[in-house]
Amino acid sequence: MHFGPHLLLAALEGLVTSAVLALTALGLSLVFGVMRIVNVAHGEFFMLGAVLAWAVSTAISGHPAIGFVAALVIAPLLVGLVAFLAEWLVLRRLSYNPESTIVATIGMLYIIQQLALTFYGPEARPVEPPFSYRILLPWFGYSGYKLSVVAASALLLVLTWLVLTRTKIGMIMRATQYDRETAQAFGIPVERVYAGVFAIGAMLAAIAAVLIVPISQAHYLMGQDPLLLSFIVVIIGGLGSLRGTVVAAVLIGLSDGIISVFFSPTLAKIIATLVVAMVLVFRPQGLFGSAQR
Amino acid sequence: MRDASPAKTYALHVGVIALLFVLNFILPDYHQGLFARIMALAVFATGYNLLFGYVGLLSLGHAMFFSAGLYGAGLTVYHLGWGVPEAFVAGVACGALLALVIGLLALRTSGVAFMIVTMMFAQVFYLLILYFAAWTGGDQGLVIQQASRVISIGGASLDLTNPAVRYMSALALFSVVLLVTLAVVRSRFGRVLVAIRENEERTKMLGYDTVANKLAAVVTSGAICAASGAAYALLFGYIGSSFASVQYSILPLLWVLLGGAATTLGPLVGTLFMYYVTDITSGFTSAYLLIVGVALILLVLFAPKGILGSIRQRWLGWLP
Repeated sequence: MHFGPHLLLAALEGLVTSAVLALTALGLSLVFGVMRIVNVAHGEFFMLGAVLAWAVSTAISGHPAIGFVAALVIAPLLVGLVAFLAEWLVLRRLSYNPESTIVATIGMLYIIQQLALTFYGPEARPVEPPFSYRILLPWFGYSGYKLSVVAASALLLVLTWLVLTRTKIGMIMRATQYDRETAQAFGIPVERVYAGVFAIGAMLAAIAAVLIVPISQAHYLMGQDPLLLSFIVVIIGGLGSLRGTVVAAVLIGLSDGIISVFFSPTLAKIIATLVVAMVLVFRPQGLFGSAQR
Repeated sequence: MRDASPAKTYALHVGVIALLFVLNFILPDYHQGLFARIMALAVFATGYNLLFGYVGLLSLGHAMFFSAGLYGAGLTVYHLGWGVPEAFVAGVACGALLALVIGLLALRTSGVAFMIVTMMFAQVFYLLILYFAAWTGGDQGLVIQQASRVISIGGASLDLTNPAVRYMSALALFSVVLLVTLAVVRSRFGRVLVAIRENEERTKMLGYDTVANKLAAVVTSGAICAASGAAYALLFGYIGSSFASVQYSILPLLWVLLGGAATTLGPLVGTLFMYYVTDITSGFTSAYLLIVGVALILLVLFAPKGILGSIRQRWLGWLP
């Protein structure tokens, strides 16, 4: 293959990574923005979504599309429920103290990971894609499913944006983010908003995982990379900024896809992590965010 | 601290060291080995406690200082054929230097950003170990041969692979670090650190250079953690990338939280307790991480002050 088509293939792969990353990072960003806590267990909610998608799709017989659609509905709901319980049982009792919640979510990370290992096992398992249509380009055929992942993710991102900016629920969430105490004084049930946001954040990660699991298999350690990449995206994009998150996800996804075609993936990760750490040190509001109030 | 009676405090610490000394002759073989490991790792927890407990800086990247010591000592022995004392010094120097650089960068941030930045630098360090697998052994690690782990002074030689020598070496390092920490936290410097934890702005206003003091604390903490890593490499003869992974940044946090942050003996109590809990439960289940996770959550929920912290609060106000 020549350089041009090779680059196009790398860019397409990068776009798929970006799409999934944008959803996952949006969940993390929402939780950080509204609740002001860093959820270290976010990657495990992603993993849980993938593992549950496998479980649901193998439990349902018939055409793979039926199993997949069922997984797309059931897995995120279950993950949302787990997140809701975690918020209710643990985070609320810590009064959302940033440092205690980090320690607590590290604990959740270990618990979810170990339970997945115990009940799901160390194997990587595939989920069959709902359809296997290949789009024929002049140079190579490309999976139609992968492109539909990009479309689905874009749709969800627009939907989230509409909910945040055009609905009453979105207004309540933004009010809570802007000033918790004033929001409470105006009768907004802040605790319920927090529980909802934490569950929605986890569900976004779970949806992203269900979308990606027909492409890369479900594995109990698969939450580590999305967590790190989501951190990177959220930091580059500016904490709590939806537009920044999407732009940064596309940027990171594309460059990750293209760099790892031409360089060693370990080196690519070293450079990316170091650059982000430096951004955080020298420009903590992110590249797109504005200075904090 | 506060208005403690120094005699009682020193008696307690010397008593603990004496007890550990006597245990060498009483403990069965298996537990003797376990205790040597626990003491070496308690040094790691003590170094972590200096920064987390006394300055209030929560780092999620201390595995890099531990493994800087581990690799600083291990690689000089393995590749350059250095002797044990030189290698130990090299390990501590590596950790202190790394801590200086990381401190200069990371201390520009605070709070949550400090945790994430330290975690990311540690991740870079971990990936570098994997990237240079040709020298470091990567995730397979390297085994340091028994012959390289012997100290010879004059005619006498000390074989660090001998269980009793290993126990005594770990105890010697732990005792030195414990007494140094005690001296540090009772000193002027230690009081400034606590003042920074309680109210940094006010401390600055009183004329203290808080950044310089925090940097000194990061370097001291990094050097102590590196000493633990170097001792671990030399005493147990294995170095590997898993010691640089995120898990080894979380473990000292867990040990310190469990034993009691900002107590001099807390790190030892926490390490000892956690090690035995996992040792006993590993008889029933392999779900070791589950226990770590549950312990972390229960600790932040119900006992944020840890074992010795709670004892100090209830009964023994003078406990350092």
